Amino acid sequence: MSEVVVSFENVTKTFPGMESPALDAVSGEFRTGLITGLAGPDGAGKTTLLRLVAGLMEPDSGTVRTLGFDPFADSAAIRGDVGYMPQKFGLYEDLSVQENLNLHADLRHVIGEARRESFERLLEFTDLKAFTDRLAGKLSGGMKQKLGLACALLGEPKLLLLDEPGVGVDPISRRELWRMVEDLVDRGIAVVWSTAYLDEAELCGTTLVLNEGTKLFSGTPAEISDPLKGRCFHLRQPGEGKRRLLTDALLRPEVTDGTIQGHNLRLTFRPSTKPFEPDEIGAGSEANWSPVKPRFEDAFIDMLGGGPPGESPLTARTEAIPLDGKTVIEARGLTKKFGNFTATDHVDFDVKRGEIFGLLGPNGAGKSTTFKMMCGLLVPTEGTATVVGLDLRHSASQARQRLGYMAQKFSLYGNLTVVQNLVFFAGIYGLHGKRQRERIEDMTEIFHLEPFLITPTESLSLGYKQRLALACSLMHGPDILFLDEPTSGVDPVTRREFWTHINGLVERGVTIMVTTHFMDEAEYCDRIGLVFRGQLIANGTPDELKQSVADDSNPDPTMEDAFVSLVTRREEAATET
Amino acid sequence: MKSAGFSLRRLKALCWKETLQIFRDPSSNLIAFGLPMVMMFIYGFGLNLDSSRLRIGVLDEAMGTESHGFSAALQASPSLEVHRYETRDELAQDLVDSQIRGFVIIPPDFSRRVKNPADTAPVQVVTDGSEPNTAHFVEAYVNGIWQTWQLQRSEDRGEKLEPEIVMTPRYWFNPSADSRNFLIPGSITVIMTVIGALLTSLVVAREWERGTMEALLASPVTRAELMLSKVLPYYALGMFSLLLCVATAHWLLKVPFRADLLALIVVGTFFLLSVLGIGLAISTATRNQFNAAQAALNAAFLPATMLSGFIYEISSMPAPIRAFTHVIPARYFVSAIQTLFQAGSLWHVLWPDIFALIISAAFFLGLTARLTRRRMD
Repeated sequence: MSEVVVSFENVTKTFPGMESPALDAVSGEFRTGLITGLAGPDGAGKTTLLRLVAGLMEPDSGTVRTLGFDPFADSAAIRGDVGYMPQKFGLYEDLSVQENLNLHADLRHVIGEARRESFERLLEFTDLKAFTDRLAGKLSGGMKQKLGLACALLGEPKLLLLDEPGVGVDPISRRELWRMVEDLVDRGIAVVWSTAYLDEAELCGTTLVLNEGTKLFSGTPAEISDPLKGRCFHLRQPGEGKRRLLTDALLRPEVTDGTIQGHNLRLTFRPSTKPFEPDEIGAGSEANWSPVKPRFEDAFIDMLGGGPPGESPLTARTEAIPLDGKTVIEARGLTKKFGNFTATDHVDFDVKRGEIFGLLGPNGAGKSTTFKMMCGLLVPTEGTATVVGLDLRHSASQARQRLGYMAQKFSLYGNLTVVQNLVFFAGIYGLHGKRQRERIEDMTEIFHLEPFLITPTESLSLGYKQRLALACSLMHGPDILFLDEPTSGVDPVTRREFWTHINGLVERGVTIMVTTHFMDEAEYCDRIGLVFRGQLIANGTPDELKQSVADDSNPDPTMEDAFVSLVTRREEAATET
Repeated sequence: MKSAGFSLRRLKALCWKETLQIFRDPSSNLIAFGLPMVMMFIYGFGLNLDSSRLRIGVLDEAMGTESHGFSAALQASPSLEVHRYETRDELAQDLVDSQIRGFVIIPPDFSRRVKNPADTAPVQVVTDGSEPNTAHFVEAYVNGIWQTWQLQRSEDRGEKLEPEIVMTPRYWFNPSADSRNFLIPGSITVIMTVIGALLTSLVVAREWERGTMEALLASPVTRAELMLSKVLPYYALGMFSLLLCVATAHWLLKVPFRADLLALIVVGTFFLLSVLGIGLAISTATRNQFNAAQAALNAAFLPATMLSGFIYEISSMPAPIRAFTHVIPARYFVSAIQTLFQAGSLWHVLWPDIFALIISAAFFLGLTARLTRRRMD
């Protein structure tokens, strides 16, 4: 009953000016009857593969067959039967919902009765009926995504290609979209869903995992995590000092990978080894092991040969800051309005020295706005933001000398070399002469930048760009570090390594404030503030937040479950009053 | 295969989409409707190559009836604004300070020498040579007034001084020799270029930047539909602006328009298609709004202002630049539209310009067609 609609063999595609191919001899197929997850970090080749399948590009070598045709040479033959939703959904933002639909209906010759029926059905399906006159640019992320899907579905395609539909959308809308796509699969449409989130791939019927242009794996998520059965454990109730414990655990030869999960550690062991006694790393008498189900991400890391080592060289090179238990970051009634839109609405929180505080929320929730007020880049409309006792409204530059900032978008100079960037950032933070040389040498060594010192920054891989950005923000030895979406799009191994560095800094007393929309990443934080529509809807340790939504049907909720429940609860409360 | 081949429905849908976007995008609105009006009035009132009311100084050292008469004649001239001075130093100082454009000194022995038929009466005229154009005007005006004054003086004394040759200048096509009458038609060239090249250079690039091009390419749209959907709405918009400009020039700014509508539409069409071609070719090649705008500015807007003959005479340019102006479509349009305004629908005069515009339209649209690809890489 499941039919192969797309097959590709040894497909290679290289873009001019790039050293390695975007796709390197990748083979596989897409079928009807299930959602195929096309998974991999940014730069893995997902979009390139989708474009090849849609006939938007010609492969350098290898063959692609889409619905029985060569999609590039016979593009006219497949256009009508392929629905394609590009990244950012490909909508005309200055056209209304209805006008976008009209355009795509005309382009695909959906006319007469069929047109009326399709509109009826799709508007019903996407819940956009009440918004047909609204401009697409004024829709929320989730609604844009649904409209993009509706446009791609006009003309009843046999194959639906979705390029990162989960980006820029809150978890609730993402779940809704997922249900809609499952519905389409039941009607016999083949769906390909590309994603950089491995937890999203885990839900797919089958997956194709790409990394740096090569195929890492194809098969069902169960098949992928099969080799990890019996190798993943939680270390529960490990007492104090979870970051130190993780470092020590990762130093043991039998451990291949480990992360912090709230108060617990999550470790992956080598095949046919057993967990060691918790006491051996000083985890305390209360600590105990409990086996957990392996996840897609565990498998991904295992396929790449395990996670990075646990000890960051940064720890030894950072001056210890005495833990005085003082509050170093403070927000009081923080509000920012842009016109009549309130991006941040009366937000309060405190961060103590040596803590990791995370702002978690979907894109557009107001995380970055809050964040920029905290480091003095935006002036609040109301309320105060204080860092190390300095009000950022009046002494922003004084405070800035004490804090490091790593921006969301790559903010280094692309056409300067790595070493030029390092020298520049050392210079603007006032490091000169011997001190500057030493610090640059340190950073080069810690982040393994030696081979790239004279490489222009723009040609570095995403992982190295991110390392360099962190190195630049740490140049002046700040005691507070602001990280805005530091790991979005990077592969899980690089993300682990990044957090190893962060953990190392925290151990020396550095305070971290981080924003993220990765639910998983929030587990590294000591405390989390959940941000939704400009408001801080919950604030607590990851375990507290998860426990607050646990019930009989879901005794061990994930961070995403917690988020969805807390938002739903809040909305229910709002409709009642 | 329902999707293959050209479809009028798709083309109509795309054109409608483009039209909605033009009307909803504030910057398109401004470029299409606001800018032409502003430019018409700037060129119409702000820019003027005629020099009217030049400020000059007069120092009458003779203080006699004769010298009074002459300085009164200067004062009566509509072209001069005369200020009286007491000393030579003040005159020199004000000329240096650019308070006046030149000065006239009537020497103490003026009255005596002018009465003596055997003698000639000198008058000193000093002008500001740092602005040669103005300096010439000052000289010519003073000279003219001097001639008239002498003539008048002889007549007053009952002498009939019949000049042997009288020069009566007549300006054909522009009888009042008003520079506005050729500047305003020329400025329409610049306006058309802005709409045609600058506005369209942004639109294709914008589709690439916003990812909508990718969605279009994945639909059954053909290359021809894609290109026509960009050309037709902007052609309509450009023609509308052209008619609006001509109407404003004719009825509001009172610049005579002597041709018929057909000639205007023919000339306008081929020029508009040329600049649309330039804009679209740039936009298709760059796929980036910033680069497209920069390129359009340099490739279309600046040549249309500087090298089209609209302000600077092509015949007075150095030979290599003169040769280069032949590849600039604006050059042909300037010459054609000035003919339309000032001389009328003289088809035998217009044909060479129209022919050149047809060639350039074909070239740039052909280039766009070559650059338009149904692929992402």
